[in-house]
Amino acid sequence: MIQNLLDGILTGAVISLGAIGLTMVMHMLRFANFAYAELLAIGAYAALVFDRVLAALAPALATAFKPLTVSASLALATLLAMAITGASAVVVDWLVFRRIRAKADALSMVFASFGVALIIRNAITLAFGHNAQLFSQDIAFATVLSTDPLILVKADQVFVLVAALALMAAFHIVLTRTSFGFALRAVAENPTLAQVAGVRLSTMIVAVWLIGGGLSAAAGVFYTLTNHLSPALGSNFLLPVFAATIVGGIGSVYGAVLGGFLVGVASGLSLAVLPSGYVPAMPFLIILAVLLLRPHGLFGEDQA
Amino acid sequence: MTAALKIEALEAGYVRDLPILRRVDLGVERASLTVIIGPNGAGKSTLIKAVAGLVPVSGGRVLLDGKDITGIRPDQMGALGLSYVPQTDNIFRHLSIRENLALVLRRVPDRQARLEELFALFPVLAQKQADRAASLSGGQRQMLAVAMALAPRPRVMLMDEPSAGLSPKIAAEVLDLARSLTRQGVTVLLVEQNVRKALSVADHCYILAEGRNQMDGPAAAILADPVVGEIYLGGRRVGAA
Amino acid sequence: MIGVISYLVFFATMAGILAIVVLGLNLQWGYTGLFNGGVAAFFGAGAYVTMLLGGRPEPGQFGGFLAPFPVAIVGGILFAGLIAWFFGVLTLRLRHDYLAIATFGVAIALESVARNAEWLTGGAKGLRGFPRPLEATITALGGGDNFLYGLFFLALVLAVLAAVYVGLERLTRSPYGRALRAIREDEAAARSLGKNPVRLRLESFVIGSMIMGAAGGLYVAFYAYVGPQDLAPILTFQVWAMLIVGGAGNNRGAVLGAFLIWAAWTASGFALAALAPQAMQLYTGPIQYILIGSVIVGMLLWRPQGILPEQIRQQGRN
Ligand SMILES: Nc1ncnc2c1ncn2[C@@H]1O[C@H](COP(=O)(O)OP(=O)(O)O)[C@@H](O)[C@H]1O
Ligand SMILES: [Mg+2]
Repeated sequence: MIQNLLDGILTGAVISLGAIGLTMVMHMLRFANFAYAELLAIGAYAALVFDRVLAALAPALATAFKPLTVSASLALATLLAMAITGASAVVVDWLVFRRIRAKADALSMVFASFGVALIIRNAITLAFGHNAQLFSQDIAFATVLSTDPLILVKADQVFVLVAALALMAAFHIVLTRTSFGFALRAVAENPTLAQVAGVRLSTMIVAVWLIGGGLSAAAGVFYTLTNHLSPALGSNFLLPVFAATIVGGIGSVYGAVLGGFLVGVASGLSLAVLPSGYVPAMPFLIILAVLLLRPHGLFGEDQA
Repeated sequence: MTAALKIEALEAGYVRDLPILRRVDLGVERASLTVIIGPNGAGKSTLIKAVAGLVPVSGGRVLLDGKDITGIRPDQMGALGLSYVPQTDNIFRHLSIRENLALVLRRVPDRQARLEELFALFPVLAQKQADRAASLSGGQRQMLAVAMALAPRPRVMLMDEPSAGLSPKIAAEVLDLARSLTRQGVTVLLVEQNVRKALSVADHCYILAEGRNQMDGPAAAILADPVVGEIYLGGRRVGAA
Repeated sequence: MIGVISYLVFFATMAGILAIVVLGLNLQWGYTGLFNGGVAAFFGAGAYVTMLLGGRPEPGQFGGFLAPFPVAIVGGILFAGLIAWFFGVLTLRLRHDYLAIATFGVAIALESVARNAEWLTGGAKGLRGFPRPLEATITALGGGDNFLYGLFFLALVLAVLAAVYVGLERLTRSPYGRALRAIREDEAAARSLGKNPVRLRLESFVIGSMIMGAAGGLYVAFYAYVGPQDLAPILTFQVWAMLIVGGAGNNRGAVLGAFLIWAAWTASGFALAALAPQAMQLYTGPIQYILIGSVIVGMLLWRPQGILPEQIRQQGRN
């Protein structure tokens, strides 16, 4: 039970990171982006490639910081992957969504995102194969926190949680202390007035894709670090990140963070009572509960 | 004197092939206060929004100090010395007062000094600077909206019904504030429902109806005009017994 | 020769079933502007319930009531409609994409039930054993050869397809259909004309989903089998691609798109199996998926109106 809770918190941190960008994109561009979770996969695979390349170029970077399995090359690779993933989100917007936005309604973008998701996911499969991969062949030893009930924690898990919280805190500081953050919040609240206040919307759209891509890439790496990497990573996280945004209310960054932890913990705890095969349906039950009880989410204001 | 803002045969609307404004002409003298009045739905807000770049323009020109600014992006207004106070939803309710002002001061070089100046001008806002803008009263919100528009030191300010929904006393204060701006060299174009008070502070007045110019003239003359008095100044309604 | 013809019959039957699904989606998306992200869920719900009601009993397995086919398929249709009604009520008042997310979630949830609730759904191996309507009689007529039954079943599918097509054409050309389009184009205007947008949308969504459920029922009778992969998201993608290629808002286009895309899908499958090197054989699926994704995105970018564009809108303009 406690083990499930701990695992749930960890997954929750990953979902939260993924949901932050999604909620902003959904709010600003007014469409449910079914391709968004593929950014987690792009990020994780990009980090895998950079890690291998860096380790080959400078083997000294590849030694892990014990007791973590994380090495300097992986840390660097993650930063590079965040940048690449943000850039690819901008490129996809530029190639597809922006052009559809210019001439059709928001639902056509939902539709297009379906197609984009299919392309990205299967292109990754073609490039990297169906098989699961690992960042490190090192065995991560778990620390036994308690034997009855059995509670195991790996150093990597602690690291991932801390790193995810640090990223969220950094973004919180950007939102509340910088005029760029004010502009982001202004656009979220009232895009027209934000323009009147001198904010250029197209710049903000690029910024949101960069931030969303970067945070999603980190989420993808963090998840993969404590699990394994497969092309299904994106599709496995799609419903959870959607659920997190709906729980929090579309457009609310803090709601998405809370929603992410909620979905993660609920899914983790459900493992204690349900066979594991039902876990993919858990976010759906949460969406259902929100729709029944509080359709606009905990902090949402978006109306139809 | 040259017109600080000149609108020539402007046509604009929200939907393609459905113009709301039909060849509207208008000129605003530098450092003057010009008021636009007219019935509801006349296109007053649309005119202001078309100047601000928020409504697509299908014909005609907008000149700011002689420079053609027709169809600018709204976010370019500040750089051109133009500011706009929308009729409704003109502050960010989830941002604090200070954050609202910091946002519009992003591109202003001496932003800290300017912030202090604005707080000196609007002491109420200074007092509540850390509060969410949603917590302000109606009059205070309008003050914040005006302060935000003033922050980048515009040469021309567009205001859409700044006194709407305010008590008569506060409404008069807001209009007096608009008047005082012209004394600092700011050109103000104002839409008002509060016709009598607006005409008493304005230099010039345009009357708009159904998207067209109806008449214009010095504010004092319009105020004295018996027909206008009938229709807009609470005299007997046309056609009423 | 008979082999080719019997393959064509098989192909046309499957394409016909998919065309029925596409018609259902066309009512929702093409005419009403509703995004159904879980087409597979409604198809699969219809299929599973038809199987449970009309299938043969198996030891340790719920269902297998051997209900006559018409009863079984009506059960499937009603179940698909019920799910649609429930989620329609919950989401149609909200921002438009809640429906997309909720229906996408329904598909995932149903798939996980299908995979795991073995007592009900047979789990990963699915359910098999379905007495196909009139099979014994017609096979006997054909002298024990099942080719005649294949033809009969194709005729049955085409008859249902025709009935759905005619029904939808009537519906969409009636004042009711105009009201649906009015809501799609301009909800506020439609509301001011006294239409209740939420109710009309709900009705359209439920009817469309029931049509998908009917297709699921036919599918079960055709294969005498249903499994969790019939609920997999790829069906949703394929059906969407069929609609956008054929032309959303045009029922003839919907049917055309179904046959075209199904032909392209089948042909690309054969071609890849025949031509791809041994090492790539595992990856023919992803290549086909990329093709479907590219069709969707490409059509949206370059020919969003599809091969046969919507006509009524133009009539309305003149
Ligand atoms: N966002 C909009 N979309 C479509 N039409 C609008 C919009 N805003 C205003 N209109 C229409 O434009 C006309 C002029 O409106 P407006 O400029 O707001 O009038 P005023 O400010 O003089 O009361 C009205 O007929 C109104 O219905
Ligand atoms: Mg107005």
